[in-house]
This record gives sequence, structure tokens and C-alpha cells, in this order.
Amino acid sequence: MTALAALLLAAGAAQAADATLYEDLGGADAVERIAHGAIDRSVADPRIGHTFENSNVDRVKRLLTEQICDLTGGPCEYSGQTMEASHKGLALDTADFNALVENLQDAMDEEGVGFRTQNRLLAILAPMHRDVVTE
Amino acid sequence: MKNYLVSVMTAVCAAASPAAADTVFDSGKLLATGGVSQIEGAGGAGLSTWSVITGYGSRNGVGANAHYSYLDLPDFTFETVGFAAGLFDRVELSYARQYFDTGETGVVLGLGEGFEFGQDVFGAKVRLFGDAVYDQDRWYPQVAAGIQYKDAEQEAVLAAVGADDDSGVDYYLSATKLYLRHSLLLSGTVRATQANQFGLLGFDEDYSAQFDGSAVMLLSRRWAVGADYRTKPDNLAFADEEDAAAAYLVFFPNKGVSLTLAGVDLGEVANQGGQAGVYFSLQVGF
Repeated sequence: MTALAALLLAAGAAQAADATLYEDLGGADAVERIAHGAIDRSVADPRIGHTFENSNVDRVKRLLTEQICDLTGGPCEYSGQTMEASHKGLALDTADFNALVENLQDAMDEEGVGFRTQNRLLAILAPMHRDVVTE
Repeated sequence: MKNYLVSVMTAVCAAASPAAADTVFDSGKLLATGGVSQIEGAGGAGLSTWSVITGYGSRNGVGANAHYSYLDLPDFTFETVGFAAGLFDRVELSYARQYFDTGETGVVLGLGEGFEFGQDVFGAKVRLFGDAVYDQDRWYPQVAAGIQYKDAEQEAVLAAVGADDDSGVDYYLSATKLYLRHSLLLSGTVRATQANQFGLLGFDEDYSAQFDGSAVMLLSRRWAVGADYRTKPDNLAFADEEDAAAAYLVFFPNKGVSLTLAGVDLGEVANQGGQAGVYFSLQVGF
């Protein structure tokens, strides 16, 4: 149990010493490439590509860039709808949600974002499952 | 029996291939989030039961897997073959068959060379509340309750060593949480059990409360490193029973396969001290 406590403390200390997640992701250009990369992959993804049929893909990319910037401590303010409103009627299930997560991970891999930094972003996005997934 | 179970594993492998997102076999969970097969066949890590439901079925799907584990100890070998299904990320059903071969030590114990203890373990688990993966903004873990019905062989020998019964039921409550911000998973289980050496040496008439837990660090999407600790009762007069510990490395090449390599220490078993060795486990499924 002492080892557990030490692990947790070490993890907490590493977190506190970090710059903002926004900076760790690579700043404005990197966040834009990550958001665009995630959406490009998802539109081309046979699992979930069809869910973008009635979307303005450029607008989705711009809003996702803005949202990630906002949530990670960057100088942006998300101007889109709530997650619940923007995904209403799409009938998304957990497998769809996770397909997007995997595409986001691939986009971050391509950007050279480390695994632990990726998980800090995913930790912020994960609770959106509650609002996005309706099936 | 072993051959039969290996063919079941092969069949599960084959069934996994056509799994697609538009069927009930949706493989909808993220890689590694179903855990691996613990020693009694439930979803978890090597020695520890977790509250996650095994397999890759999402809340709209069904997942299933088969596993084979081998633990090479100084005086014994311990093998487990089993299979499990996860239903709608709510219910888990599992079966495992354990073989504990005394090898040449059987002679020392007066049982004869190659004497084998064994048991069947039938498990059921239900997720009660919480989501270990998605509830990153909530403090509470995913919690599940489970039972494991264990039916051991070698009734006469078990009675002779002082066991009260050759079958028993474990009841457990598990809490598991992924601390994604720290790439860390923690799990703890409280278990009410009558089992001596997991049940292989029979069962006491009285229950005791025992603990098992895991700490796992995610290294990448495909690799994780972790450790388990499990307390056990010490009911039998003829031999001391000690707590068990394990440290392991797990590789998830894809959702169809996981490989676990571990060092496991069971302490003293049947008066044979220092039973620590290398553990290998393969899981296939969807």
C-alpha cells in the first residue's frame, strides 16, 4: 500500500509541475492539426464516417479545435453548442464514441504527442460519453 | 479435459474473426479496458478480480474470451484454462478449470508422483454502478459484486489434510478506477471466502474477509505494467498459507489477443517454502 501511495504522489507531483496541457500538446498549430486529423480520420472511417453526412465538416473541425484549446487552458472560448445538443439525433453508441477516440489518439500519435499527455486530454473528454452517446 | 478446453479456445478465436460493429459482437470497448483473465477466470489481472466486465462488448454488445495460464513453481505447476462472456457491459459469466500438479513433490507429500489437485470455478459478476473508464470527472470507482462457486477434486485427500468441505462459494465486492490523467489504474476487492489455497486444498466451514488489489501503469495503448497483492486465509493446521503477490507486463497487440508475463509469489504451499515462479497467460477473444 505504501508503494501505491508513492505512485499516486509521484503522479500528482508530475501533474503539478506541468505547464498547461495546451502547451504540452504543442500549442495552437498542433491543436489544430490534432483536431483536423481526428475529424479527417473519422470522416474516412467506415465505422463512423456516415455520422458526418449531414455535418459541415469544416465547421466541426473549427469547433473541435476551439473546444480542445478552451478545455486545455489555451486562449480560446468554445462557441459551439453543448455536446448533448450537437450530437442529438445522431444515435451514437459507445463503439462510435470509441472509434472517434481511437482516431484522436492516431492524430496525436502523428503529432508526436506522448502517451501520458494524450491521456490527460482524453481524461477531460471522456465524461462527454454521457452526453454524446444515446444508444 | 485440457484438450477439450483448448479446442474451445480455438473456437472462440475463430468466432472472433467475423466480429463487426453492426452485430451484437461489437468489440466496442477501447483496447485493454476489459482487463485480462485472473486466476479464477474472472475479468481482472493475475491474482485480482476487477469490477470491469470482461471482453470487448460495449453496453450494446456481447464479448467473450478464452484463456490459458501457466505458473511454473519450484515444487509445483499450476495451470488454468477457462472462458468467459461479458453481456452488455453489465453481467459477466466465467468458467475456469485449475490444475495443480505436484510433480515429483507428490512423492515427498506421500501422495504419489504427479498427484494433481484441481477444481472447477464457476463465476458470475454484475456491475452495480460507476464507469471505470468514462467517469473521469467523478471520484467514485466502478463497483461490481460477484460470486465464484468452486468445486474441488480429491475429496479424500482434502478431508485428510483437514479441510471441512470440497466445495465452497466466494462472494466479492470490487472497485476499479482508471485515473486516466495519471495513466494509472487502481483496483481493490474484498472477498468473503472459505477457500484454502484458492480452493485447491478444500474449504473451511467458516468464512473470512480477504483483500486483493492491483495497481497498473499504462505505458502505451498496447503495453501495461502492474502488480497485484492478495491475502488468503490460513485455515489448515498441517501447513501455513501465505499471501500471494505478482508483478506483470501485459501486451495487447489488438482486441483479439492479450499476453501476460508475470512473476508470481505464492509463499509457502503445502509445507513447500518459497513458491515463486514465472507466470504466462494468453487470452483470445473479442
